[in-house]
Amino acid sequence: MKLTDYEKEMYDGVHGRAKARAMDLLVRYGEALGAERLVETNNVAGAFNASTPSVRELVKKGFDAVYSELNLDSTEVVEIPKMVAHTCQLITGIDNANWRVQGIADDLAEQQKKGEQYFGSRGINMFATCTPYQVGNVPVKGEHCAWMESSAVVYCNSVLGARTNTEGKESTGAAALTARIPYWGYHIKENRRGTHKVDIEIEVDDIMDWGLLGYYLGEIIDDEIPVLTGKYRQPSLIKLKHFGAAAASSGGVEMYHIPDITPEARTIEEAFSGNAVRGMVRYGEAERRTAYENLNCATDRNVDFVMLGCPHNSIDQVWLIASLLDGRKISANTQLWVHTPRALREVADRNGYTKMITDAGGFVMSDTCPAISRHMPKGTKVVATDSAKQAHYLPAITGVAAWFGSVKDCVEAAVNGRWNGGLS
Amino acid sequence: MSADTAAALVIRIVLRGRKVVGGCAEGEAIVTRDTISGWGGINEREGTVIERRHELRGQSFKDKVLVFPGAKGSSGWSAYFHMTRLNNAAPRAMIFNKMTTKVALGAVVTHAPAMTELEQDPLQVIETGDWVKVDADNGIVEITKRKR
Repeated sequence: MKLTDYEKEMYDGVHGRAKARAMDLLVRYGEALGAERLVETNNVAGAFNASTPSVRELVKKGFDAVYSELNLDSTEVVEIPKMVAHTCQLITGIDNANWRVQGIADDLAEQQKKGEQYFGSRGINMFATCTPYQVGNVPVKGEHCAWMESSAVVYCNSVLGARTNTEGKESTGAAALTARIPYWGYHIKENRRGTHKVDIEIEVDDIMDWGLLGYYLGEIIDDEIPVLTGKYRQPSLIKLKHFGAAAASSGGVEMYHIPDITPEARTIEEAFSGNAVRGMVRYGEAERRTAYENLNCATDRNVDFVMLGCPHNSIDQVWLIASLLDGRKISANTQLWVHTPRALREVADRNGYTKMITDAGGFVMSDTCPAISRHMPKGTKVVATDSAKQAHYLPAITGVAAWFGSVKDCVEAAVNGRWNGGLS
Repeated sequence: MSADTAAALVIRIVLRGRKVVGGCAEGEAIVTRDTISGWGGINEREGTVIERRHELRGQSFKDKVLVFPGAKGSSGWSAYFHMTRLNNAAPRAMIFNKMTTKVALGAVVTHAPAMTELEQDPLQVIETGDWVKVDADNGIVEITKRKR
C-alpha cells in the first residue's frame, strides 16, 4: 500500500507507539482488502467501551491494555494519547442509570463508567447510541467517515451521502488515532452505484412495512446496492432507519438508492450511473408475507417482554409510545423497555414522556439494547418488538422466541400480556 | 488392496489464490454456502454458529479450516472473531469468496492464514471433512479429499 510521508512517519513510530500500532493495523487491513492507499477521515464512530464480562480480565491490566488489544489488535500495550479525529462511542452494553433493571452486576456498571472516564479524557464523545445521526453527528454529503454499526453505516451512506464502509472495533480504534482509513469500497464514488432494481408493487408506508421490505431485500440482495422503485410513500428518518437496519441484518446492505429522495440518485438513471442492472427484485404481497413469517418465530402468544427502540427511538417515537400508553397499565406478566439515546432521554424527561411510560409500568432505557447487552427481564421466553433487527438477532443470541409487529401491536401486547398482532 | 493402490486413490487438488492474511496452517474443512454473521451469528467462546436459519447452526469451526462465501450482518464481525482468538476458539485458517471490510478486518485480527480469489470456487471443490492446507504466504491451497 502507498503511504504518504506523514503516514510513513506514523508507521515508523516517529509520532509515538500508539500511532505506530494503529498504522500497522491499518496497513495489514488495507492490504487484506487490496486497497491502494488510505484516505483522511475526521469522523469516527466506534466501540471503545469495556462493558462485557469477557473483558473483565483485560480491564485488570488497565484501559491502555484494553484499547491496545481490542481497538488496535496490538499485543504490545501502548499508551493511548488523545484522539486526532472527531470520535464518538456507539451503543454500549450497560445503561448507566438503569443497570439494575437490566440485571447487570454493580461491578460491571462501575467498570463501564471507569472506562468512559478514560475514553472521555482522550476525546471520545460518549453518545452511547447506535444512532449518532439522531444526536448531532450528521455527516455531510461526500464526507469520508469511519463508522461501525451496520444500521448507522447504511444510513450514513444512503440517506446522508457521506462515505463509509462497515468498519470494526479495531479499524475505528486505529482511525481515531491517525485520522486515516483504507480508501476502498464505499469511499470510491463508482462503487456506490446501484446494482439491483427493486419493483415495489404494494404500498410501503408505515414503519413496520419499511422494516419488512428491508428484511426481505437483505436476504435476497445480500450486500449489493438496491435501487427502490414503485409504490412507496415519502419516507422519514424513522422509516429509513428501520429499513436500513433490517436490510443490514438479514443481509449486508450498506448502501441503497431511492430516486428523488436519497442524495446520490435524483433519478433512476443517476442511481445506476451507467452500471449494468445486475438483477431485478419484485416485492409484492407474497414477499411481504415471507419476510413477516421469517421474522416471527414465536408460537406462544403470552408475551413476557416488549422491546421498543432498535435502532434507538427518536423523540417522536418515544412520544408515540407514551401516547399509546397514556393512562393505561402494563400487564403484570409483561415488561416494557423503551430505548432512546441518552441525549433524547433528557428531552423525554423534560417533556413528561418518560413519566407517561413509567406511570404505565414501563422503563425508558438508554446507552444499550437487549441484543447488545444480552440482558432481558429475568425469565423472558417470548419477546415482542417493532424492530426487524432485534427480532432477527435476539432469538439467535439469547434463545428467546420473537414476535415482530407494529409499535401499536407491541404496546397492546405490553398492556394485555398477549400477542394479537398480525399482517393487515 | 496394496498400499500403492490405496495411495493412488487419494485425491489431491491444488488451487492458487490471493493472500489475505499471511501464514500457513492445515486442518479439517468445515464448509458452508451461507454467509456468516459475527456478532449475533457466532458464539465467541465455543466458535459455534448460532444464527437461527444457518446451515451450520450448532456446529463449531474451532481449529478447523472455515470455507464460506463471506461475511454479513453486524459490524461486530471482527470483534467477535477477535474474541474467538482470545478464547482459543478461532478457525485455523479461512477461505472465502467475497471480499468485504467485515471479513478482511475479521481475518486480520484472527491472526489465522486467510485466502480469497481462488482460481476455482472453493465452495464447489472443498467439502466438509476434506483436509485443507492454506499456505497463504505462497498463495496455495492444497486439498486432500476425504475418502468417501
